[in-house]
Amino acid sequence: MILDFASGLSYLWALLPEVVLSLWAMLVLLVDVFQKGERSEASRPIVTWLTLIGIVGAAAANAWLLTLEETTPTGMIALDEFRVFANFLFLLAGALFVLISTRYLEQEHLRLGELYALVLLATVGMMLFAGSRDLIVIFLALELMSVAVYVLTGVNRRDRRSAEAALKYFLLGAFSSAFFLFGVALLYGGAGTVNLALLARSIGVDGLGANALIVAGMALLAVGFGFKVAAVPFHMWTPDAYEGAPAPITGFMAAAVKAAAFAAFLRVFLTAFPGLYERWDDLVIWLAALTMVAANLVAVVQGNVKRMLAYSSVAHAGYLLVALAAASSLGAASYLFYLVVYTLMTIGAFAVVFVVGRRGEERLDLDAYSGLGWERPLLGVVMTIFLLSLAGFPLTGGFIGKVFILQAAVAKGLVKLAVVLVLTSLVSYWYYLRVAWYMWFREAPTPEAAAGVVASPSLRFALVMAAALVILLGVFPGQLLELAERSAAALAQAPSPFLGAGGN
Amino acid sequence: MLTRSLVLSAILFGLGVAGVVVRRNAIILFMCIELMLNAVNLAFVALSRAAGIEGQIFVFFVMTVAAAEAAVGLAIIISIFRHAETVDMKNFNLLRW
Repeated sequence: MILDFASGLSYLWALLPEVVLSLWAMLVLLVDVFQKGERSEASRPIVTWLTLIGIVGAAAANAWLLTLEETTPTGMIALDEFRVFANFLFLLAGALFVLISTRYLEQEHLRLGELYALVLLATVGMMLFAGSRDLIVIFLALELMSVAVYVLTGVNRRDRRSAEAALKYFLLGAFSSAFFLFGVALLYGGAGTVNLALLARSIGVDGLGANALIVAGMALLAVGFGFKVAAVPFHMWTPDAYEGAPAPITGFMAAAVKAAAFAAFLRVFLTAFPGLYERWDDLVIWLAALTMVAANLVAVVQGNVKRMLAYSSVAHAGYLLVALAAASSLGAASYLFYLVVYTLMTIGAFAVVFVVGRRGEERLDLDAYSGLGWERPLLGVVMTIFLLSLAGFPLTGGFIGKVFILQAAVAKGLVKLAVVLVLTSLVSYWYYLRVAWYMWFREAPTPEAAAGVVASPSLRFALVMAAALVILLGVFPGQLLELAERSAAALAQAPSPFLGAGGN
Repeated sequence: MLTRSLVLSAILFGLGVAGVVVRRNAIILFMCIELMLNAVNLAFVALSRAAGIEGQIFVFFVMTVAAAEAAVGLAIIISIFRHAETVDMKNFNLLRW
């Protein structure tokens, strides 16, 4: 079907996955309300199943988007493979979240229905965030996602850490949104449009059409995105928010929210500002280098595994920024590939953290992992796989992802940045492998130390699936990479000197 | 006229940023963020004279978003006040590196 966006109905078709998911969120909320008569009664399993069905339905609608075509590449909502790829990624993260969190949320006496409705709405925000070509829609999507995630962070009202994390996340998140919005206003003033493709046209391929307002607006957008993807020096909120939030939600934030911010970052800078590459490449290169060095060094001294993983997710933002700095089709493809692997291993690792943490998340220190591998072989093995992949060990998806990013960076001539990436990855081996070492080569302090560390069937299923995918992508990366390359090429429909030029 | 409005908007935005950086009371921080958003609204309205009517429409979106943020933000501030009996940021140090 070819859409020309002459009538409102076209938008309905183009936005079908988002529409399905939004309606489904309302449905989940209503079902949950009518399910329980007594306040104290827990939500029924049907809520979980409903949520999963909604995610599958949205995924089907998303696959159907591939049969649609748009007449011009300037529509408010993009209909390209990049959007479809990103949508699948967010839906995958949402489904993993639902699978891992059920038991945890019941044990902390949190209401499933409210939570899942918020997760679905946050996912809608992410999908619009990565799929829109209009800066105002991007801003609205950013807020839709962020507001839902602020609530999710503070959802455990009995826990002071959760409330503290929500406050810090909210204040810095709203602060960064304001920067983003000011950037949008300046771009609107400078170019007279907020459409990414039209912006690129008015800037021109060589950047001659840019005026002071456009350059300032672009810089402010970069600051806003810097906060959202948690690049050093805009990462201050990350460790606190990630440590304080309930662990399954931390996994969702660290994986999906960051992936969405990165996907939007890539779309905005590669479709609207390719002509100004000479002006933003230094900025991104410095952000990447600073992020990798600072985050990895701080992560080394963390004794709390949850906080260590928070810093590790900041470090991964640095690796992804390297791929952005490369600004080539190879860079964009490696970026998408790494986002998939990163989502799987991050959500998996945080899932293990909250299982080991037990009720109230009291056991987050390294010592809690002593001897875990022998007491709970399944958890030990999958956690080891996730840690090795995060570190970038050969035969895991994380390794292949890093190799592709390095390849893209070197092809672009960013050799120094590539060296920094390799060196900081070596540093990261220390803190990832330390956890694995505790799990396998330390005696458990008491035989019953692992009592209460129980994984529900759905959690085990999700963990095994994620770990298997991480290994599979490490051994046979070809197909996903091809898909990522095709999706990245979709960004190049607007004339661009970088994409499609084969890494320059 | 346009330049003057933009300078005013930038000054207001800068005041908001300075407030967020300097002050330590959560409510005041939040008010400073609202000031930043409204500075942007002023810029949108000023620019819409030259760039077209959309600028004024964007203001409505921004106001709606600001209202949604206020609802969630104040709820979060209340929820931390119940635990800490204060909204002063310097007391919130349960989480640190």
